[in-house]
Amino acid sequence: MIDFTRQQLERYSRNILLDSVGFEGQEKLMQAKVLIIGTGGLGSPAAMYCAAAGVGTIGVVDGDVVEISNLQRQIIHCTGDIGSPKVASAREKIKAINPDVIVEPIQAFVNAANIGSIIEGYDFVIDGTDNFPTKFLINDACVMKRIPFSHGGILSFSGQTMTVLPKESACYRCVFHKTPSKNMIPSCFESGVLGVVAGMLGTIQAAEALKFITGAGELLADELLTFDALTMNFRKVSLRKNPGCAVCSEKPSITDLRDEEIPACDH
Amino acid sequence: MLHFLDVTKERCPMTIVRAMLKLSQIEDGDLLDVLLMEGEPCDSVLRLVQQKGYLAEVLRQEGRGAWLAGGAVS
Repeated sequence: MIDFTRQQLERYSRNILLDSVGFEGQEKLMQAKVLIIGTGGLGSPAAMYCAAAGVGTIGVVDGDVVEISNLQRQIIHCTGDIGSPKVASAREKIKAINPDVIVEPIQAFVNAANIGSIIEGYDFVIDGTDNFPTKFLINDACVMKRIPFSHGGILSFSGQTMTVLPKESACYRCVFHKTPSKNMIPSCFESGVLGVVAGMLGTIQAAEALKFITGAGELLADELLTFDALTMNFRKVSLRKNPGCAVCSEKPSITDLRDEEIPACDH
Repeated sequence: MLHFLDVTKERCPMTIVRAMLKLSQIEDGDLLDVLLMEGEPCDSVLRLVQQKGYLAEVLRQEGRGAWLAGGAVS
């Protein structure tokens, strides 16, 4: 076991007191590397809770700059950050929460060419992106690299999340197969979201990352959790690995990563 | 082997965290004497240490604190 400093013992005491975390689990957290793709509504709380819990290295990936319309839900960014790269803003807040965390900011949007090298070396990935093509790309890359990840998506008052253990549990493509056609995707005009819904879902994703690292509890593997914040109904749907899945089956039809067009807002 | 830990200057939850840390560092069969403030600190550390599967009892209470004896068991 590592020698915890007095400050570390105090900072992480509430983690350490948990039977399923303890000193061993805290040490695992401090040695873990978590990558958060997208530092928006989902990535913000995920990054902040991972930092607070003591995850040793947190990678943050985003090519955007902070805009005023982000601040209603992207709680890692503040008014003074408007115009700054999101990864720089996120790094500053993560270090303010916990200076011991190593932050690896990557100011880029993931694509088929760069995602392989970006996710390489991380123990767990959190998908905090906001479009279907990137969600499928993250799924395919993580399955190919055998890196566990948490999928998350939100719209209006509802959210959904599942945890993928590549080759062991159902992947995102096992369930959703392919990017929906453009007329099935809500336009910008239709895609309002209550900020707290992002916080609820991003926090669940952080919990999955921390559970995966420490081995505590049971993951949302082979399960899709959905919730509706209007009624506060939470539902778990059982999933099964698709033996014909295009990416995680024994004979996958997708063996190379491909970029799909990310729909631009028409409004 | 007998080990000693004084946590009378600590506040919750550091009393229990430091006791647990020390317990995790001693060998099976060793004995750890912990000096705590009597009352709530002693009661809560005793309860939590026992919950985590260690043998523990309050040895004696005196003046500024209470002695708690805990042992690691395999």
